[in-house]
Amino acid sequence: MSATIENAPKIHGGGPSIESPRSKRSPRSTKTNFELYGWLFMRLSGILLVVLVLGHLLIQLVLDGGVSRIGFAFVAGRWSSPFWQSWDLIMLWLAELHGVNGLRTIINDYAERDQTRFWLKALLYTSALIVLFLGTLVIFTFDPNIGS
Amino acid sequence: MPAGTLYRGREGMWSWVAHRVTGVLIFFFLFAHVLDTALVRVSPEAYDQTIDIYKNPFVNLLEYGLVAAILFHALNGLRIIAVDFWEKGPRYQKHMLWTVLAVWLILMAASLPRILEHTIKTIFGS
Ligand code: HEM
Ligand code: HEM
Repeated sequence: MSATIENAPKIHGGGPSIESPRSKRSPRSTKTNFELYGWLFMRLSGILLVVLVLGHLLIQLVLDGGVSRIGFAFVAGRWSSPFWQSWDLIMLWLAELHGVNGLRTIINDYAERDQTRFWLKALLYTSALIVLFLGTLVIFTFDPNIGS
Repeated sequence: MPAGTLYRGREGMWSWVAHRVTGVLIFFFLFAHVLDTALVRVSPEAYDQTIDIYKNPFVNLLEYGLVAAILFHALNGLRIIAVDFWEKGPRYQKHMLWTVLAVWLILMAASLPRILEHTIKTIFGS
């Protein structure tokens, strides 16, 4: 486990930029361990997503006829079970937060102007709010008799 | 410079690029996918019509591509985690990358007939 400490973002270090080795610590973005927790979250959520997403793909595309059988009736059958509702809900939140945090890193890497960063992140977080809100709402309010 | 210390342009860099590209791809798919699933709240017909797109042979092929991206991202993600948490991880990172690619190839070959079954049946009759 000794490698853990070396590879993780340093406590109280961090911030997206890489400073030259002997520069003074920047006063900015050194107050919290946000980057460390983000780093840990990427790994923990990743392990859970292996099971959740690969399991989802196995069910939707491989087993028992795969994509041919998907339709409203199929979803109604699956979401009649609290187990699959919970599966989808957890997968929704973990995948979206994992993806948003990953994209945040990528924006920090490539968008160099503060303004560009700001607007790209505003777009990113807005899209995440829409996805999380809509996805959660749909699972909780699903109505199998909506057509009749 | 001693051999093997150059990271740029070697396996480590290309697997990092591929991890990044696949991650972005899956993220964009998820956005569209939550929207298409939300149609179950509109009407069964609206949902079924949209899901028919997934059954188009060309889109079916794209699904196989999505599976390729996710499988790589998942397997390589586990490799990244092993490099970070397992003390021998950094030493075996290259071996682990070849293992990732081998497992990826096997799973891609094994799932091909199943994932494209719908297309195969539509084009060549059942
Ligand atoms: C082409 C491949 C895919 C197909 C055919 C597919 C199909 C479906 C179907 C039919 C549902 C409805 C509920 C259910 O049956 O569980 C669903 C829901 C869901 N899928 Fe997928 N899926 C695919 C790929 C993915 C991937 C790659 C992800 C994650 C990155 C994902 C994440 C989700 C989530 C989060 C929900 C719940 C949506 C909500 O809350 O409204 N799916 N999918
Ligand atoms: C299937 C299981 C998955 C595993 C094991 C996994 C694992 C990882 C790991 C370990 C990282 C590296 C984080 C870092 O370098 O600090 C990462 C990055 C990333 N992941 Fe995943 N992930 C998975 C699924 C997903 C999904 C479903 C999405 C999209 C919604 C996604 C999008 C991303 C993005 C955009 C990045 C950032 C890449 C970068 O910074 O270069 N991943 N993933």
